[in-house]
Amino acid sequence: MSKDKKESVIESSIKRKYKLQANDVKVWYDDFMAIKGISMDIKPNKVTAFIGPSGCGKSTFLRLFNRMNDYVDGFKMEGEINIDGSNINDKDINVELLRKQVGMVFQKPNPFPKSIFENVAYGLKIQGLKDKAFLEERVESSLKQVALWDEVKDDLNKSALALSGGQQQRLCIARTLAVEPSIILMDEPTSALDPISTAKIEELIYKLKDKYTIVIVTHNMQQASRISDNTAFFYLGELIEYDKTNKIFTNPEKEQTENYITGRFG
Amino acid sequence: MRKLKELVIERGLLLSALITIAVTVGIVLVLSIEAINFFSEVSIIDFITDPEWTPLFSDKHFGILPLLSGTLLTSFIAIAFAVPVGLSISIYLSEYAPKSFRRTIKPLLELLAAVPTVVYGFFALMVVTPFLQSFIPGMSSFNSLSAGLVMGIMIIPYISSLSEDALHAVPNSLREAAYGMGSTRLQNSFKVMVPAASSGIIVSIILAISRAIGETMIVAIAAGQQPRLTFDPTVPVETITAYIVQVSLGDVQHDSLEYKTIFAAGITLFVFTFLLNTISYRIRKKFQEKYE
Repeated sequence: MSKDKKESVIESSIKRKYKLQANDVKVWYDDFMAIKGISMDIKPNKVTAFIGPSGCGKSTFLRLFNRMNDYVDGFKMEGEINIDGSNINDKDINVELLRKQVGMVFQKPNPFPKSIFENVAYGLKIQGLKDKAFLEERVESSLKQVALWDEVKDDLNKSALALSGGQQQRLCIARTLAVEPSIILMDEPTSALDPISTAKIEELIYKLKDKYTIVIVTHNMQQASRISDNTAFFYLGELIEYDKTNKIFTNPEKEQTENYITGRFG
Repeated sequence: MRKLKELVIERGLLLSALITIAVTVGIVLVLSIEAINFFSEVSIIDFITDPEWTPLFSDKHFGILPLLSGTLLTSFIAIAFAVPVGLSISIYLSEYAPKSFRRTIKPLLELLAAVPTVVYGFFALMVVTPFLQSFIPGMSSFNSLSAGLVMGIMIIPYISSLSEDALHAVPNSLREAAYGMGSTRLQNSFKVMVPAASSGIIVSIILAISRAIGETMIVAIAAGQQPRLTFDPTVPVETITAYIVQVSLGDVQHDSLEYKTIFAAGITLFVFTFLLNTISYRIRKKFQEKYE
């Protein structure tokens, strides 16, 4: 094996080890610098939690991975975001395809004002898939994955807006799963839900990491410690500390992290 | 002293509300009474079924159909032109255009509705008709196509502006959901935003239809004054509104049967616009419930 080839094999295995990579990423909204140069690697099939006080840039950073900031007025970024080793901001990247690979669940449940079935089938339909049997099968398996199937299987044609908040959020997760992404970004997915619905979603996240790489922004520190493998603490647009969740919550390196998780500020 | 002031203000506000209602009731009453007088002389069956409208000739016929067809034809042309154009504008402004562009262009579009309709009428007669005649030989100088198209231009802002408001009112979270699922802008617009704003869009279209049916000046100037039961857009027609203008301004004797025809025509118009307004009110009420 030639030296060049060997190196490229090593390089690609490094890339495979990390699902998501950010290299010296800086973000501005007009003149305001929201992200001040962050580099981090996120491992596949793990749950990675982003914590930090409001306005620390964790949501902005999360939304870089599926380019949801593209339509924000005054948004400007520098640096590199790689998924499976390829730069997602390259000119020849199709942003719609990217978002099918990188699903997103939002803070407030946001089902479409359509039927339950149509919500879950939406992502497949916009890809031009029309086969009814296939759609039905995929809708069923997606709803089963989020443990919603038994609750709604007789009401698939009812409006999704008639569901409870917790059910709506699980529906939104099912909608994301239906297109079989490899990464799921979650932006405070339980902040609008009651404790029981929150517990159900947490349980779900725990189960989903076998098949997906999950990145979750949360304000709830117990939640981060319960469900995540790794935790990143953000403060004022900087990544302060990033380590195993256990380490962050029991023995953080930095004083700022300790102050935050013990509730001294934020 | 303070209490007295409050009382005066309260009564004053009540009075202005009552005056508005009284005027409306008065209009409906006058229309109805005169129309009933008219129908005591002319059978309502003839009014609805007779294919000719010649109350000012010696051989009198009182069939509303020719006027109704004129009104519907010009309104249909206007709507067929204004709905696709107005909707495209609203979708572009709400889902594609940068915010700053939207802020500049929307008030400019709304200016279209502020142009006096008499100006539109002459624009139709002097500019649009000669232009169309160069494509359609044999087109009459007065015709419903030209009047309808110009009326369409006039009602574009009703559709574009109100539909844009409806699209803009759709929660941003739905837009994020659509893009997050990998929708293109076009898919976001037509599969998510338009269905979500459909009731507001329908209301805007109904209001525009209502405006087109009631429009007077453009059709009186550019569509001609010949009641004719036809759906040919190249020949002169007369709308209900144009007929009312013609008789009101003419030398028809008050209290004559000819004069009363305008009330019969007026009440027909009123029934149509009243129905449309009721439908749009219902839809709007349903729409509000859905989002609250």
